[in-house]
Amino acid sequence: MRPETEAELASMIEAAQGPLRVRGGGTRAVGRSAGEVLDVGGLSGITLYDPGALTMVAQAGTPLAEVEAALAAEGQRLAFEPMDHRGLLGTSGAPTVGGMAAANVSGSRRISVGACRDFMLGVRFVDGAGQIVRNGGRVMKNVTGYDLVKLMAGSWGTLGVLTEVAFKVLPRPAASATVLLPGLGNDAAVGAMSSALGSPFDVTGAAHLPEGPDGAPLTLIRIEGFAESVAYRAERLHEMFAGHAPRVERDPERIDALWRMVRDVEPFHGRAGDVWKVSCKPSDGPAVAERLGASGLLFDWGGGLVWALLPEGTDARARLAGLGGHATRVRGTGRLPTFQPEPAPVAALSEGLRRRFDPRGILNPGVMA
Amino acid sequence: MQMPDPDARVIARKSRIVARLREVLPADAVIDDIAETRAYECDALTAYRCPPLCAVLPSSTAEVSAVLRVCHEEGVPVVPRGSGTSLAGGALPTADSVILGVARMNEVLETDYPNRYIRVQTGRTNLSVTGAVEENDFFYAPDPSSQLACAIAGNVAMNSGGAHCLKYGVTTNNLLGVTMVLMDGTVVELGGAHLDAGGLDLLGVICGSEGQLGVVTEATLRILRKPEGARPVLIAFNSNEVAGACVSDIIKAGVLPVAIEFMDRPCIVACEAFAKAGYPDCEALLIVEVEGSESEIAEQLGLILQIARRHDPVELREAKDADEAGRIWLGRKSAFGAMGQINDYMCLDGTIPVSELPFVLKRIGEMSKQFGLEVANVFHAGDGNMHPLILFNANQPGQLELCEEFGAEILKLCVEVGGCLTGEHGVGIEKRDLMSVQYGAVDLDAQMAVKDVFDPQWLLNPAKVFPLDASAPRRTLAAE
Repeated sequence: MRPETEAELASMIEAAQGPLRVRGGGTRAVGRSAGEVLDVGGLSGITLYDPGALTMVAQAGTPLAEVEAALAAEGQRLAFEPMDHRGLLGTSGAPTVGGMAAANVSGSRRISVGACRDFMLGVRFVDGAGQIVRNGGRVMKNVTGYDLVKLMAGSWGTLGVLTEVAFKVLPRPAASATVLLPGLGNDAAVGAMSSALGSPFDVTGAAHLPEGPDGAPLTLIRIEGFAESVAYRAERLHEMFAGHAPRVERDPERIDALWRMVRDVEPFHGRAGDVWKVSCKPSDGPAVAERLGASGLLFDWGGGLVWALLPEGTDARARLAGLGGHATRVRGTGRLPTFQPEPAPVAALSEGLRRRFDPRGILNPGVMA
Repeated sequence: MQMPDPDARVIARKSRIVARLREVLPADAVIDDIAETRAYECDALTAYRCPPLCAVLPSSTAEVSAVLRVCHEEGVPVVPRGSGTSLAGGALPTADSVILGVARMNEVLETDYPNRYIRVQTGRTNLSVTGAVEENDFFYAPDPSSQLACAIAGNVAMNSGGAHCLKYGVTTNNLLGVTMVLMDGTVVELGGAHLDAGGLDLLGVICGSEGQLGVVTEATLRILRKPEGARPVLIAFNSNEVAGACVSDIIKAGVLPVAIEFMDRPCIVACEAFAKAGYPDCEALLIVEVEGSESEIAEQLGLILQIARRHDPVELREAKDADEAGRIWLGRKSAFGAMGQINDYMCLDGTIPVSELPFVLKRIGEMSKQFGLEVANVFHAGDGNMHPLILFNANQPGQLELCEEFGAEILKLCVEVGGCLTGEHGVGIEKRDLMSVQYGAVDLDAQMAVKDVFDPQWLLNPAKVFPLDASAPRRTLAAE
């Protein structure tokens, strides 16, 4: 099924007899899915772009590349730095606006500016009964009624099929620098990232690679902004970490490459095993790593996001019991749930919402199990 | 503004309900004396008042749970209340309702600087959250004007904003987790010290649900390190339109100030008379604040002033020191008090796309003549969140109604140009019946479906947010 309009999509859902697999670009195939493919790629195009109001509205099937090009032409960007899952999952195709929103995909800048969901201003979607629903709008402050925009972000198409999303966008900063700290162990690295993030220097990325590009550990701390300001803050951070042999990377291309490597978890590309993503209290990051005993590790969000490469079928959650946070198996097969099981009263609320928004249980059933 | 008729069967059982509440709370935490319940008859939307059946002041999540279990069993509506500073009537009781105030729950439970969060009981005031971390140079970013008095509970319920949210976001962007009690007494934990939801983002829909989904008793909030410094600049213009265009240009240029505040002539005149801040004689003025080190501030202000000069400002005033900075903010911060001195006023809260500012200001001016009521504009221009203040005389019969009618027209205009009814105050009862201007029946139904899941009997703050006729079938079904 490949509708060309929202109305067509609505009637297809209304008439559907069985489960539907909702698909944007098909690049983020996380979790189990079954049923007929519902391809939203036909609903494509930027509906509105108002650079002076920092807003963009795009149809759900719009390729992200198209959005990013339009923004770049005005010196703006999606500040939450959405990850590209293709390398990690071995998928092809073009990531779309709807897929990114439905999966609430953010990158390293999530720690400072917020997640994809924090930049979503409004949505249109078709629920499981085929009704077209609007929520939010295209303005930056909006508390008119319940925030179903947040509910739709990260619902993986299980509550409704997104047809249009309005975003807040931000100016692309003029300059950027990354302070590199070589050779730190996980504990020291998380400690250093924590001091950087607790400094007044507006850090927009803090990541640690136990195996950096040259095989040795590397910790990265990013700052962005106007040229003089970046120079000043880089100098202050350099002073802060004088004891750790810091080096400041100023080359824009090398900086982009470094952060793309973190964002897309490049060290795991092409390596066998299951990929787990753990969101935890940043200071728990090293403990998470130690308990997992993974063959590959990458820390982002100052330690609060741990990517781990584990042998197939490993139950990461069993090893992390009692630590708090949640673990998602981003790549892998087998019987374990993809998403962190919720405590009973929370699970009952989530289940109740799914039953209301998709009474027949036909939208991506089981994807979030 | 209409409220549903109170349930006579509930009122008839008052003594039994009060007795049951006394079984689960200390004696001084249940207030049923008619004179004392008057303290809870309204919030900051004082035009509407109604004493509740009784008020309870629990001291812990367990006590909140016990209270809700009793009310759930008795079928009594519950109206949660933070500090009662809502401008939208969010905490307005009905005669058959129990007010659940969280004012006694104001402890800091945990402060964690390496992980940059604080966990508090939600009766704590907004400003005292910053107060708890300030000696370590941290702060809690959302800063509603009422921050001295307003409680975190109300901030979460209304998803409150403030002057500095252009850079730091509103409550939902700074809320990491909550402990919440559902209407049947079940305690749930959502989020925590980690980021993002593991499943559906229930925290995202709780924030801004106006106390209709549960009672939030504890909150984990993101705290940030204070910037090295901050400095405002005042820019005066000879027309609203030019000031609006300047705002748009600043944003397009890639500067992201922490605040861009806008005041028009009626507001400037009133503030001058009240606070004597020494504002220039002009049609419109902007206060733009930037943060960082001395050199960073200089770099950003340089760029802002360069843009402003292209718009022929009447005056540019850069703060040289803290004293001058204080004077620039003085008038703006006393705007609401100043207006209150000269008139009764109604404060609106619509948001519009920033690019529509000039048009909307012009239209409001025309409508002001049409209705014969003066309007003063003071608002967060960077994000398009307007606060037109309509001046009226409450003692003159018919003026309140005329004022409400005018207000509704302004909010409809906000929706027409692509904006919304409320940017940070919430719907409450004030904008409840206008919801159908912004949303269709299906859109409202989808929102009400969320309440069906969290509060199937529609007992929590039931007469708010949704137009009464839209929520009537659900409310009556629940009452039976």
